[in-house]
Amino acid sequence: MTGSPHTVLAGNSVRLVMLKVLVALIPGIVAHAWFFGPGIWVSLLLCTLLGVAFEALALLMRGYPLKPFLSDGSTVVTAWLLALSMPTLAPWWLYAVGMLFAILVAKHLYGGLGQNLFNPAMIGFAVLLVSFPVYMTQWPAPVELASHTPDLIESFDLVFAGQGAVSPDAYTTATPLDLLRTQRLAGDEVGGIMAQPAFGVVGGTGHEMVVLMYLLGGLLLLNYRLITWHIPVAFLGTIAVTAGVLQFLDPTNHPDPLFHLTSGGAMLAAFFILTDPVSASATPRGKLIYAGLAGFLVVMIRNYGGYPDGVAFTVLIANMAVPFIDAYTQPRVFGHGRKEKGK
Amino acid sequence: MRKLHAFNGGVHPEGHKGESTGRPIETMPLLPRYVVPLRQHIGEPARPVVKPGDRVLRGQLIGQPEGYVSVGVHAPTSGRVLAVEPRPVPHPSGLADLCVVIDSDGEDRTVETAPLDWRAMDPSALRNRLREMGLAGLGGAVFPSFIKLNPGARRHIPILILNGAECEPWITCDDLLMRERAADILAGAEIMRHMLGTEEVLVGIEDNKPEAIAAMTAAAGGRGVEVVAIASLYPGGGGKQITYTLTGRVVPAGGLSTDVGVQVFNVGTAYALLRAIRDGEPLVSRIVTVTGHVVRPGNFETRLGTPVADLLRAAGGELPDATGQIIGGPMMGFGLMDEAAPITKSVNCVIVKNAALFPAAPAPMPCIRCGACARACPAELQPFELYWYARTRDFGKTQTYHLFDCIECGCCSYVCPSHIPLVEYYRFAKSEIWSREHEKQAADQARERHEFRAFRLEREKQEKAEKLAKKASERLEGGAVAAEDPEAARKKALLQAAIAKAQKAKEAVRPKNVDNLPPDKQREIDAIEARRAQAGQAEQAAETEAKR
Amino acid sequence: MLSAILVMAGIALVLGGVLGWAAIRFRVQEDPLVEKIDAILPQTQCGQCGYPGCKPYAEAISKGDADINRCPPGGEEGVKRLAELLGVEPKPLGEGLEHKPKSVAVIDEALCIGCTLCIQACPVDAIVGAAKQMHTVVADECTGCELCIQPCPVDCIRMEVIHEDIANWKWRYPVIPLKKVA
Repeated sequence: MTGSPHTVLAGNSVRLVMLKVLVALIPGIVAHAWFFGPGIWVSLLLCTLLGVAFEALALLMRGYPLKPFLSDGSTVVTAWLLALSMPTLAPWWLYAVGMLFAILVAKHLYGGLGQNLFNPAMIGFAVLLVSFPVYMTQWPAPVELASHTPDLIESFDLVFAGQGAVSPDAYTTATPLDLLRTQRLAGDEVGGIMAQPAFGVVGGTGHEMVVLMYLLGGLLLLNYRLITWHIPVAFLGTIAVTAGVLQFLDPTNHPDPLFHLTSGGAMLAAFFILTDPVSASATPRGKLIYAGLAGFLVVMIRNYGGYPDGVAFTVLIANMAVPFIDAYTQPRVFGHGRKEKGK
Repeated sequence: MRKLHAFNGGVHPEGHKGESTGRPIETMPLLPRYVVPLRQHIGEPARPVVKPGDRVLRGQLIGQPEGYVSVGVHAPTSGRVLAVEPRPVPHPSGLADLCVVIDSDGEDRTVETAPLDWRAMDPSALRNRLREMGLAGLGGAVFPSFIKLNPGARRHIPILILNGAECEPWITCDDLLMRERAADILAGAEIMRHMLGTEEVLVGIEDNKPEAIAAMTAAAGGRGVEVVAIASLYPGGGGKQITYTLTGRVVPAGGLSTDVGVQVFNVGTAYALLRAIRDGEPLVSRIVTVTGHVVRPGNFETRLGTPVADLLRAAGGELPDATGQIIGGPMMGFGLMDEAAPITKSVNCVIVKNAALFPAAPAPMPCIRCGACARACPAELQPFELYWYARTRDFGKTQTYHLFDCIECGCCSYVCPSHIPLVEYYRFAKSEIWSREHEKQAADQARERHEFRAFRLEREKQEKAEKLAKKASERLEGGAVAAEDPEAARKKALLQAAIAKAQKAKEAVRPKNVDNLPPDKQREIDAIEARRAQAGQAEQAAETEAKR
Repeated sequence: MLSAILVMAGIALVLGGVLGWAAIRFRVQEDPLVEKIDAILPQTQCGQCGYPGCKPYAEAISKGDADINRCPPGGEEGVKRLAELLGVEPKPLGEGLEHKPKSVAVIDEALCIGCTLCIQACPVDAIVGAAKQMHTVVADECTGCELCIQPCPVDCIRMEVIHEDIANWKWRYPVIPLKKVA
């Protein structure tokens, strides 16, 4: 007995979906390499290889066939998202720990592809953030502001052999969000802080261009119809509104909405991380609530929390709320309940 | 220009209509043998009224409608009944079902037919005639038409929709019928309009059939019928979908289109209705598309009961490397298990597969909740949630997610990037729920009957005891009359009161197991009684025979 | 010290009172256990469990007198559901009991002598007929308990397995081997 439909299917596949996501990430990656140096290639490559290795290991242990699941591309997407979220030029084992948690714990302990409650990349990122906070603050400095930018060979050396000839101070720096947080804690006013060169035009030198490219990639995803407008619009919109209200109430302590939108992981999360279908809400209304919750939390953590950027944690908290949100936001089914009109 | 409404989702599978529209409808030659299933419609199967050896004429009733939701079945040609036995039928299970096998005598003589004067006939009598003439929806669901043509006492049905959308790929039988017999279809619709008391008649045709639209529009002139071209979007021909597209009315869940004042008929049904009424001819043939990997794809006027193998032969036979057949369209149809299975009222298309046109589905991957299925679902369901619960056999949850609103159109499976056979899960869950419901009813019934039996036994015991007591008291009475004992008289009165009370109770609770039987059961018992009487006579005869 | 004790005692009293009131006020009327067990049993009334019907068996289970694996018509599935309800481990069917496919009794009408013994044996009154008259089984009501077979003096009753046909056919669970079958 063969089930219907019996026909050439729509030509959609998990691999194709993942491939399109990877394509949409490319503008951001290129911008990253351009503005922060070629170190990103090393971390992308490393994370991809580690991801595939861990995935293969997990599949073997669980008795699943390797070929369809290794080639579905989901591991590569997780690897790239983690690599793009992490500081480049960190020691290799840091990536290894991150990918280990992402693939083995967040993905396969929950049942593998399609079963994970949390975004694997964000689990890996969050584990690193709480376990190795020092490494997670050594971000590559923008080429424009750095006294030295390691080339590709040097980047390999730094990642695999640790210290190179140059002191890390020459090529790493704090992100604008880090700077903002530490200097605000020291009592400085936002206006003064943000006048520094690291802050660039809106969201930090270098960062703002990468973010712009992520936005471009996100529009590509929308065009591919892989994501709907709900999550990015609700997420970015809530960030803007929350940040706007805070700035209106107390401008000396809160940066402007545009800065929030263009710094840290907000844009990447809006189009690539929060929209991971497996861990995101799936109903239209649910997506608005889910992404709105995440947007609100991002601004709250950035302004009042213990971390400079709250994206990883907000994503995980929002993921946690998904089953609940989905259960209560089921859309109306054709032929059901038209009563909301009259009464 | 009519304002059209777009339903949610839908997909655009490749049409493949051109393969079978090249030639006009051909009439199948007379075959030496037909296999006519008695279950060709939704509802109770027809009861065979012929036995092996009987001679039948074309159009003669061979299966009597049984129960309300049922229609008649007729001989497709004249000949002799060879057998009434289970034979393979076109069904996803591949199981056999009761069929009347008719050996054709080659003369194709017909029963006497007379047109029905439908304007003068009492509506109820007219419907009964249609029931007997075997009319059922030819769009695929084969629901008895006489029921759908009953507007009911209180319902007013202002809109009649003729469904000529034919949204499934490959199928073209309605297209060809509309091209060639547009006037007849509309004449049939005229009768439907009369029976339903409808004001507005709309014909919905997908815009990938310009010839059919032109033919129908030309024929519709002056009849007050509006032919509407609708966008080609599968499943635009679904009853609820076409109702919404043309009228904007939403058929309530679990309800019928008549709940919103619309009745929908397939164009083929309208044509069959005209044949039944104008020519007095019962439903013994239909148009079937044969397409795909065959030599001469096309449409054939095919007698019901024609084995699929013979129909394929009429289309020039399968090309080399065929990989089986599909009954119905590729989106909702099912694989045929046995080419000996006949064409029935529900079979609108036979597609011969090959590896290129119908590749095996890729191996499924886990669901990634991407939501493509929800975007494609015309019923606005959340297919991935339904899948999740159907897969884990959480049938209660599948119902909270409205499993029974699923129309099994296959859009979700079609777009699924993980290639999950979603519809198969829903069908599994649905039939499992139905069967459990059925089992539970049976168990409840058994419990009730068992409890009643216990009650009956108890009551019988009591009655016996009372009878004994009565006898005893009678004896007592005989001895006591002379004594005129006031004490005895009082006892007697008490006893009589008790007996009266018991009798009253007995009357109140009549045994339920043989009374008030439903008619079918009563009939079953009667039939058995009759057989027994016969058997008894036979036995007696045998005995007398032996004695001689 | 004393006042602290008094306060605590007071709080305890008040809360206890509220809880007690709530327990009575918002009491959920539950089916008694017997009913719940009975609802799981298949109502075949065959007595294979050693009790004269499903209800007595349910009562015995709820009292702890009977094991949960005594019902062959319910099969493994039934045992599993009983185990779930009672919070115990499921176990295989008891010794000498086996699950048979669902069947109905059929009386060979040519042989029947009309003795009414089967009518008396039938636990659900599914056999109709009268003394010296041939009997017949109402198939829809028959639970397949086989209790009528043994009493028949002429052995004219047999069990017929209910075969799958188009009317009772069910769609199968789709088999998709995601995992390698070793």
